[in-house]
Amino acid sequence: MDASAEGQVTHAEHRDYAGAKLGMWIFVFTELVLFGGLFIAYSVYREMHPHDFHHASGELNVTLGVINTLVLLTSSLTMVLSIVAIRLRRKGQSMLFLGSTMLLGCIFLVNKFFEWRAKFHHGLYPGSEHLMARPPGERLFFGLYFGMTGLHGLHVTVGVTVMAFMMALLRKDRIRHDDFIKLENTGLYWHLVDVIWIFLLPLFYLAA
Amino acid sequence: MSTAVAQALPLPHSEPSFYDQSKRQGILAWLLTTDHKRIAILYLISLVTFFLVGMTLGVFMRLEQLTMGPTIMKPTTYNALFTLHGVIMIFLFVIPGLPAVFGNFCLPLMIGAKDVAFPRLNLLSWYLFMAGAAIAITSLFTGGGPPDTGWSFYVPYSVTTSTNVTLAVLGAFVIGFSSILTGLNFITTIHRMRAKGMNWMRMPLFPWALYATAWVQVLATPILGITLLLIILERLFHLGIFDPAIGGDPILYQHLFWTYSHPAVYIMIIPAMGAISEIIPTFAHRTIFGYRMIVYSSMAIAGVGSLVWAHHMFTSGMADTAVIVFSLLTFLVAIPSAIKVFNWVATLYKGSVELRPPMLFALAFIFLFSIGGLTGLFQGALAVNVHLHDTYFIVGHFHYVMFGGTGFAFFAALHYWYPKMFGRMYKERTAIVAWAHIFVGFNLLYFTFLVMGVQGMPRRYYDHLPRFHTGHQIATVGSWIMVAGLLMMVINLVRGLFRKTTVPANPWGGVTLEWTVPSPPPVENFEVLPTITEPPYTFNPPAKEQA
Amino acid sequence: MSTMIESEAEHQHVLGYGTFIKVWVALVILTLALVGLSATHNQALMLLGLLVITPSKASLVFYYFMHLKYENAALKYMVLATLGVLVIFLGLTFTDYLNR
Repeated sequence: MDASAEGQVTHAEHRDYAGAKLGMWIFVFTELVLFGGLFIAYSVYREMHPHDFHHASGELNVTLGVINTLVLLTSSLTMVLSIVAIRLRRKGQSMLFLGSTMLLGCIFLVNKFFEWRAKFHHGLYPGSEHLMARPPGERLFFGLYFGMTGLHGLHVTVGVTVMAFMMALLRKDRIRHDDFIKLENTGLYWHLVDVIWIFLLPLFYLAA
Repeated sequence: MSTAVAQALPLPHSEPSFYDQSKRQGILAWLLTTDHKRIAILYLISLVTFFLVGMTLGVFMRLEQLTMGPTIMKPTTYNALFTLHGVIMIFLFVIPGLPAVFGNFCLPLMIGAKDVAFPRLNLLSWYLFMAGAAIAITSLFTGGGPPDTGWSFYVPYSVTTSTNVTLAVLGAFVIGFSSILTGLNFITTIHRMRAKGMNWMRMPLFPWALYATAWVQVLATPILGITLLLIILERLFHLGIFDPAIGGDPILYQHLFWTYSHPAVYIMIIPAMGAISEIIPTFAHRTIFGYRMIVYSSMAIAGVGSLVWAHHMFTSGMADTAVIVFSLLTFLVAIPSAIKVFNWVATLYKGSVELRPPMLFALAFIFLFSIGGLTGLFQGALAVNVHLHDTYFIVGHFHYVMFGGTGFAFFAALHYWYPKMFGRMYKERTAIVAWAHIFVGFNLLYFTFLVMGVQGMPRRYYDHLPRFHTGHQIATVGSWIMVAGLLMMVINLVRGLFRKTTVPANPWGGVTLEWTVPSPPPVENFEVLPTITEPPYTFNPPAKEQA
Repeated sequence: MSTMIESEAEHQHVLGYGTFIKVWVALVILTLALVGLSATHNQALMLLGLLVITPSKASLVFYYFMHLKYENAALKYMVLATLGVLVIFLGLTFTDYLNR
């Protein structure tokens, strides 16, 4: 790993832009299949308990769900604009957009926190007595709800953390107009997180 | 790629190899390496160790079955043993198996590259593997003790048992990531790092096999990941996804589990077939028959093999329509495998066959895998399955394919690439004696299982009825003969490392790129990256260097 | 060696801000449409939302935000293969559940 006088770096891992991107895409595939397994479980149980799912979905806060959707969609926009900016050599704008993405990610998590807390206050959490008293389909709905939005939230948290590292790299010029694959790959991950939420919205919040 | 290339590069024996060329000293040269060759050897040591542990568990299981009633252990211990035997053999030996060891060592060499696409990720794969193994081993000693659910962790028992399922399953989850990252690495390596002139149809068959396998690793393993995660969430937080008491469906667990675990057996066998496709031409001294068909059938096995999982569930209570659909698909997947068997046998025809140790293991593979594959077809037939499910027939079947198949291919590959990896040669005669013991013992053990299964001996049973007694005794004696052979083999290979004579670049007369570099290779593999101009497996008159 | 990265990366044309903002607007509109459809409580319309609007939103993210439109054919096939595998897993699982 050495940097030449003009700041050009010759890390081994930067030798192959297309290869690094391919690797990240393959990782995206694995995540799609990971969540896909949960979507299969959801589909099966919805087919078995359509009425209960419909009913339970009514208890979710649609407004919060839609707000979170718009938050993530916007964060996807700022993420991709951050990449465009650095390719156009606008480092300041790139950092601004990346920071906005992180902020929107955090807003998402805060919303989720309040949403879950409201559920817990109503006695709706996995294994709770209140939940156990409900019809089977509703219990499955909420089990899947907490499982899937929880796993998704974990991915959002990881994404925001990775972005923090990318911000540091941007600041130190280790991500530049001619070497931005790390940022682009972060973007791929973040858009995946967005796509998963795009499917979670109708399945959980709009099923009523 | 042809022997002409090998002839053009006479190489001295004592030049420095990757073993000598590290920036670091001692153990750190291994633990912090990003050299695919060192990582391969790290995997080799781990895998052989785990294999021996799993084998020992099997020996104890067979000892217990030597007499009716209790012999050397309690029933609960037996349950833990067969669970551990399965978990260790499957997750810690057969699935990582050939890709982790020979894929890592040989893939870059065979495609003319300096390393894999993501060398540091490669090291991470090994650490994840070891971490997962450590977590799984911890489950033996903490909490309620080792799991007794069988390696398939079926609900509801796996969710309610007080044994340490959570830790064991967490270990498997972590190992799954190791497999995924290796697959990711290999796909990218094959797409991006083939030598100049090596278009897809000039790539040798072992890399092709690794490519097909890598896609299965990448697209099937995450399903296992999520399924195991759900078990953990169920045990810790009572999420209730599989709990029939609240409307959950235990059969859904089986669907999700087998959606991975059936493709997993193709992760096990496709690379094994790839290695056999390398060994047979070399020791028949002629080109492989039907290169293209082997390529297509590798991809077809990977594809169709992902469609048949519920043939593990015919008696589970799922809908009859599903049973019929999956039975039909199961018959289809046998076709590409059979194509390969025909191709290998056809390669031998009019070849100049040399029965060296790798070839003996490879030929045994063809025989044993064929038996395993055919017994699989019986199981795919609905009515027969009802009779055979959960009997020793199934156990015999999967040992024929996983052990007679992948196991023997692993040993074949080990004996084949050993000189390349270590720059030494084992004693061939001892290897052949070991092979004979393994082969005889294997068939005594597992063919007897097939017979006992048809007669009705159930699997995962601690005890057996008198009418199965003779069968069990024969099988146990078979296990001793086999284990004697296995130990002989391992000791022979280890002792070979300490012999004085070095080996040339191409002791067998192979025509793929790994035989054009010194044994062992230098750290960067090739002084000059090769340019490929010929189809693979071009055998001119054999130009084997004498050691 | 390092100059190779630049030419490879820069030969990919850089889309301007405008395109992405337009895609974002489309995504927002589609989201609101989806919510509107579900508010009607009409089964058929809700199904339309699930089967048409949602995949369209995902496609926009893949195609534009994730740059898939401008990638090589091999990558596009890989994405299709992955989604195809998921569809197959779901479909074959349902041969059981639809026939219970």
